[in-house]
Amino acid sequence: MKRLQFSRIISPQLLALAGVLLFNWIVFPGFFDVTWKDGRLFGSMIDVINRGAPVAILAIGMTAIIATKGVDLSVGAVMAVAGAVAATFAVAGQPLIVILAAALACGIVCGLWNGALVAYLGIQPFVATLVLMVAGRGVAQLITEGSIVTFSDPALIFVGTGSVLGLPMPAVIAIVLMIIAHIVMRRTAIGLFIEAIGTNLSAANYTGLRSQMLILSIYAFGGFCAAIAGIIAAADIRGADANNAGLWLELDAILAVVIGGTSLLGGRFSIPMSVLGAVIIQAMNTGVLVSGFPPEFNLIVKAGMIIIILVLQSARIAQALGRKFGPRQTSEQTR
Amino acid sequence: MNPRYRPLAATTLIFIIAYALCIFQYPGMWSTRVFGNFLTDNAFLGIAAVGATFVILSGGIDLSVGAIIGLTGVVTAILISWLGLHPLLVFAIVLVLAASFGAGMGAVIHFLQVPPFIVTLAGMFLARGLASVLTQDSIPIDHEFYRTISTLYFKLPGGGRLSFIGMLMLATFVICGLIAHKTRFGSYVYAIGGNATSASLMGVPTGRVTVGIYALSSFLGGLAGIVYSLYTSAGYPLAAVGIELDSIAAVVIGGTLLTGGYGFIFGTLIGVMLQGLVQTYIVFDGTLSSWWTKIAIGFLLFMFILLQKLVFSAHSGRSRLKKGPA
Repeated sequence: MKRLQFSRIISPQLLALAGVLLFNWIVFPGFFDVTWKDGRLFGSMIDVINRGAPVAILAIGMTAIIATKGVDLSVGAVMAVAGAVAATFAVAGQPLIVILAAALACGIVCGLWNGALVAYLGIQPFVATLVLMVAGRGVAQLITEGSIVTFSDPALIFVGTGSVLGLPMPAVIAIVLMIIAHIVMRRTAIGLFIEAIGTNLSAANYTGLRSQMLILSIYAFGGFCAAIAGIIAAADIRGADANNAGLWLELDAILAVVIGGTSLLGGRFSIPMSVLGAVIIQAMNTGVLVSGFPPEFNLIVKAGMIIIILVLQSARIAQALGRKFGPRQTSEQTR
Repeated sequence: MNPRYRPLAATTLIFIIAYALCIFQYPGMWSTRVFGNFLTDNAFLGIAAVGATFVILSGGIDLSVGAIIGLTGVVTAILISWLGLHPLLVFAIVLVLAASFGAGMGAVIHFLQVPPFIVTLAGMFLARGLASVLTQDSIPIDHEFYRTISTLYFKLPGGGRLSFIGMLMLATFVICGLIAHKTRFGSYVYAIGGNATSASLMGVPTGRVTVGIYALSSFLGGLAGIVYSLYTSAGYPLAAVGIELDSIAAVVIGGTLLTGGYGFIFGTLIGVMLQGLVQTYIVFDGTLSSWWTKIAIGFLLFMFILLQKLVFSAHSGRSRLKKGPA
């Protein structure tokens, strides 16, 4: 057991993160400098954690969804909807608790909608969530009436820009959420159920799992995570931008999950690794920025990253190298 | 009537009824002028959606189309405006480039056996990134040839114009319809979409066909990029963001089954036209805001997915649907 955990600690993801950070440190020697100012920490590393938090939070929900062999394309749109709801309630002068409850409830409803389409109507996850991805931004604009709603509620702004024990609030939320989700997945049977569904849905059904209910709640959890990310994104800019909030973040979240080693074919997942994946992505983004390259290189770097991971994860390559790991082949060939 | 054609007939009927209702409310929509603009404004979407139809028929997905439209637009603009090459030569170059880009993605999908979704996602990042690295701004194209093409149109009775790019889209639909339904390649595509394993056991060269499908999709993406550059007379790296999803929506609305193996190219044309109708209706209405377009298209998508479920569970038994989430 101990040896297993040790080999888990020096995973390829950590090596990748170390590599990216090392690169950042070479091109920008002040990268690891952290200073204490006005009761909070400042520095590039802190910035990476802070900026990576929304994607990390999305990745937590996305990991569970991908582990059931699903995918949620609507998280970006749900972020926009939740942000719009939060901003509208803040403008109306509601207390923080009402704002948060409304936005989170909104995210959960979106997630339930996706989950119902996938679990009860049997629509492919890709398509089912596409509906909300297309319509969600329209709904968000409907809520904000097409304009960018700005607010100045200090409590809500604290969620996006405040700090606890020197750490930025978004990072604190992401870490707490990660720990809770990980404990729930690994210390209860839920994680096992999710892996069962992802590996073989009919087998899971035959063992008596209430898989429809479980899939529904997992998508609801995905919507909940997206709503948290949406609130943070809105609080960060003190306004809800229905067009741009969370734009393309669904792809970043999926990428984070894939980097974290969760198989896109379902059945194998790790939430902390996905969060690490999100941090790697953000470290790359920051690295491209501090090294003076134009930010457009980000996309190319990301594409290169995906290609490398695909080659590493590919069953064919693993076979050629005679290794035992890599995605299970049988599930792929009978797809 | 052959039950095979029922979903297609349903989609067509819904389009006709929707158009009739629109005309009932705004008689002005019954003109060749509106219809001509329909074709012109949706030409690039239509061409991209044809590519998406092939990919979806084979049971795959292509998320890179929008990015390829942006990239080919930018490359076309750079080659014409900065290097002064003749547009026709440039078109040939970018189409070959686009097709080989797609062939590369197809090869990765087949030989590394990775889900198409993630490969084309990487392709999307790569193409968008390359386009943004090449230029950040919109590059105008000012060439004699472009002006000539924009003056090429048929006058329809009633003052409408069937523009060159509109005709190009219709030609793409006809040619690709023939490829899909009348050639060996087309039947291979259907076979792979129906069941890849049995297709390869029956001797379908799955590798070659998969590469061909994604090459064709990217080729049509390149063609759509050229059409987009003709339409806007410019190349812009952020052009056609989100078109991949619009084209998938068009394919689904057109009655093609997302699990692959069933569908018609003609259905996609109806899907594109229906999306165009929603936009035109919102323009005619004037009081509705543009975000209603998104909601309406999302709603349409949902309705058609439901319709597919009902039709297929009604007449092909439940065995098809037992595949579960793929």
